[in-house]
Amino acid sequence: MSALYTESVASLRRKLAAKEITAVDVADQLLARIEQADGKLNAYNFKPDAAKVRAAAQAADLSKPLGGVPIAIKDVINVQGDPCTCSSKILQGYTAPYDATVIKKLREAGAVLVGRTNMDEFAMGSSTENSSWGVTRNPWDTDRIPGGSSGGSAAVVGGHEAFAALGSDTGGSIRQPAALCGCVGLKPTYGRVSRYGLVAFASSLDQIGPFTKTVEDAALLMEVISGHDPKDNTSVNRPVPKYTDALKQDLRGMKLGVPKEYFISGIDPEVEAATKAAIEHFAKQGAEIVDISLPHTEYACAVYYIIAPAEASANLARFEGVRYGNRVKNPKDILDLYRSTREQGFGPEVKRRIILGTYVLSSGYYDAYYNRAQKVRQLIKRDFEQAFTKCDAILTPTSPTAAFKVGEKTSDPLQMYLADIFTIAVNLAGVCGISIPCGFTKSKLPIGLQIIGAQWGEENVLRAAHGYEQTTEWHKEVPQI
Amino acid sequence: MASPDIDVRYVADLARLNLSDAEAATFQKQLSDILGYVAQLEKVDVSSVAAFSGPVVNNLRPDVLGESLPVEVALSNAPQQENNLIVVPKMIE
Amino acid sequence: MAEYEAVIGLEVHVQLKTNTKMFCSCKNEFGGAPNSHVCPVCLGMPGVLPTPNEEAIIKTILTGEMLECQIAPRCKFDRKNYFYPDMPKNYQISQYDEPLCANGAVTLNLLAFPKDVQNDPKVAFDKKIRLERIHLEEDVAKSFHYETASGIDFNRAGTPLMEIVSKADIATPEEAFAYLTALKQILIYGGVSDADMEKGQMRCDVNVSIRPKGQKEYGTKVEIKNLNSISAVRKSLHYEILRQTADVEAGVPIIQQTRRWDDGRGETFMMRTKEKAHDYRYFPDPDLLPLNTEEGLHQTAKSRLPELPAAKKSRLVAAYAVTEYQASVLASEVALANYFEKAAATAKNKSAVANFLLNDYFATGGDIENIPVNPEFFSELSNLVEEGKINTKQAKEVFPKMVAENKAPSVLVKELGLSQITDTAALEALCDQAIAANPRSVADFKAGKTNAVNALKGQVMKLSKGQANPQVVGDILLKKLSA
Repeated sequence: MSALYTESVASLRRKLAAKEITAVDVADQLLARIEQADGKLNAYNFKPDAAKVRAAAQAADLSKPLGGVPIAIKDVINVQGDPCTCSSKILQGYTAPYDATVIKKLREAGAVLVGRTNMDEFAMGSSTENSSWGVTRNPWDTDRIPGGSSGGSAAVVGGHEAFAALGSDTGGSIRQPAALCGCVGLKPTYGRVSRYGLVAFASSLDQIGPFTKTVEDAALLMEVISGHDPKDNTSVNRPVPKYTDALKQDLRGMKLGVPKEYFISGIDPEVEAATKAAIEHFAKQGAEIVDISLPHTEYACAVYYIIAPAEASANLARFEGVRYGNRVKNPKDILDLYRSTREQGFGPEVKRRIILGTYVLSSGYYDAYYNRAQKVRQLIKRDFEQAFTKCDAILTPTSPTAAFKVGEKTSDPLQMYLADIFTIAVNLAGVCGISIPCGFTKSKLPIGLQIIGAQWGEENVLRAAHGYEQTTEWHKEVPQI
Repeated sequence: MASPDIDVRYVADLARLNLSDAEAATFQKQLSDILGYVAQLEKVDVSSVAAFSGPVVNNLRPDVLGESLPVEVALSNAPQQENNLIVVPKMIE
Repeated sequence: MAEYEAVIGLEVHVQLKTNTKMFCSCKNEFGGAPNSHVCPVCLGMPGVLPTPNEEAIIKTILTGEMLECQIAPRCKFDRKNYFYPDMPKNYQISQYDEPLCANGAVTLNLLAFPKDVQNDPKVAFDKKIRLERIHLEEDVAKSFHYETASGIDFNRAGTPLMEIVSKADIATPEEAFAYLTALKQILIYGGVSDADMEKGQMRCDVNVSIRPKGQKEYGTKVEIKNLNSISAVRKSLHYEILRQTADVEAGVPIIQQTRRWDDGRGETFMMRTKEKAHDYRYFPDPDLLPLNTEEGLHQTAKSRLPELPAAKKSRLVAAYAVTEYQASVLASEVALANYFEKAAATAKNKSAVANFLLNDYFATGGDIENIPVNPEFFSELSNLVEEGKINTKQAKEVFPKMVAENKAPSVLVKELGLSQITDTAALEALCDQAIAANPRSVADFKAGKTNAVNALKGQVMKLSKGQANPQVVGDILLKKLSA
């Protein structure tokens, strides 16, 4: 029998309901697993406090949708009374005075919060190497990165140090690390999940979403965390479907689009082969494959690296050591307080993006960069709208390559940025997407398949992902750590 | 847009960020590369396109009083405080 | 020597009267213990998001309606980026290229001008000062400055603030004074703000330049700050226009700068020159979706449009038969006009009520906000006079007691034993007495000096201890003397 910590959330729920196990058993096994594995992965910035977790498990209301289920949280979401460092030195010493809306919802659903996961500083990066807590390692090969920015959340789920985790996705920060760590990661439609309490990177792109071991678990978590929040002006007032119902239908009759623009140079042959095999598998299962075009795909990365840094440059202005966080010692004056606190508190990638974002908004450059980028973004959004008149969901690779080596791309930011070329357009268009395991490279690194849905198309995405998962075995593999 | 002419030091100053000489030199090169890359957007015809914007939705808050934080919680994260005020080096107008 | 003219534009910030702040539900209140009206949102904590206050948007649109502006069909917020410790996020949520209200005007009126120029025939009292725009933004925190440090109280941070920008239509310090007075009057009329400059509810930045009369190009603009009252605005402009004129005359070029008004010394001082323009890096706030104003918001604002001062004045003249001047004064303050309408409700002579209120009441040193008198007493008092129950002189005796004790005039008349003698038989006896005692006056009258009747009337009043109805007495005397 496999260890308890490898179970899915749905399976835990069944066993808890049947009283085969207790919530405290679950907590204990998970705590032991974290002790065993996290020294190698460095995926938690704050490991769960054993006593607190056991007490919470003991008190958990098992009748709730996530009753007794431990869930890890990316260190970018505020949990009242806990630190929230965003893997940045500038937030050392900060204690959150409030709960994010998703945390409230998890608590109401009976979940047990376990630990805070590592990430690229302020969610800026694709490898979790930009962290003040040190790099997180890929559970399938500890010489390699787990992806980013939610690398910690992907590694704890892929490495079975958590049953599920929350992450955030601005340009692929859930889907890309999920692909690289061999788990499921879903980026909801913009406005589906409240951002209140998520430390903002790029406000018009950020969404919180789940990392899980199965598609069913993703659906379960989405039912809990979705919904309108009066505290988030951009969250949309629209009923939350019962996502698990979408899993009851198989793939027959689904129309799945394959965009030619996603199969071009730069893609690793093993990734391309695995993706094409997955597409064939869908066809065999009764889905109809249609050729589609997303003509402005090639511009997505350029648009993203104007809009995201621009928004970030303003979002990160609040970190200067006046009201909270790390303040430089003995500043000469107020300007020095700002400049030195920010110099010492931010890592190089964050500084780079702040400068880039400040530049593209500055006087004389706004129209050439920011305004033009927002226009091209509109074209990208239209591409998706047109594509979804022809299909129910779109199939693409999640990442052009499998996990790369630690340090391999750190000296060339532009190369690192291109690691997100398949995921970025989804955020720019505000649509949803999931990454699920679809194979391994010869050296046993996971490969992810991205399934993109229209705005509010989560049910189609989950149905397609579930249909594939239930007829394949990839998700059952467990890494040796 | 074609010739990236970013003055890293000037922009860093706008962003209230000190840079070491080495950092400034590295960023100058890296950011010029990135700006060179994003310059490809010039190729796109956007003459008849409106800029992306969120949907027009009247998500408004009724003017009803809610809870504030107790002063001690509000100030608990402050690096320096006195008499319930958050303290900074003297501000100049 | 060339003659110079001033070109003046005003930027007025107005605190909106709402229960809560602009983007969070903390209390919007002046005062309060430091940092007691704050929450994660208005402290700019990591992860928080703004939620717009519906009431603040409605009040801004209402202001636009009152000032004849065009209301934008879509309301959008932008981020204005600059670092300052009183601004929690280091950007201010404001409106850049799409203000809620555009154009519009403030029409000046005689009473809005300083008293000392209200008789100046050269002043155009009904000039229209055009507006550029009105937009909505969030206020910053309040800072206290000590020797080496500053302390910040975030209670004010995030409270709704409206910025009203005039065109450079203002030509004199007196027009600036009248503009602010008239604007304040309208803001109070709409219940939008209390607009008290001394409490910082209305704050004013002045831009002023001079140019030789007839020249088209503007001179170099100077900004004046720290103006804490409407009269300080006037005084600072007088000072600044003289200073700039003297400099230009002496060949000293004006440099673009910001100056600070020192009210105690009555002078402006240079704070800083504008060596380089700020680069605020405005962009649309991605945390706030654009709003549609055309349906609910604009309709609600319109439904709250009050009767404005000019319309009120006309109606008071028509409906209450008060004089133009009385109507202007009454309409200058909505509280005063409202009180008057209650006070005059059942009066037979409404102009008399206006007199009691505007002359007698204000002569007591009282103000309209705290007037202690039941307004119905004004009608009662004037009706007592009108019905001949008491005379005007007696009314003046009753009035201070009515104000001091908030007692009904009819009760006071009894208490003071003031009821007027209108009994003709009693008065005829008194008249006979006076005629008998003053043969001289009678002779004068008979000789054609009709004024002599007044001397006799005085005697009758004296004999009646002031309680005789003077009109009846006059009639009796005339009848008797002419017999």
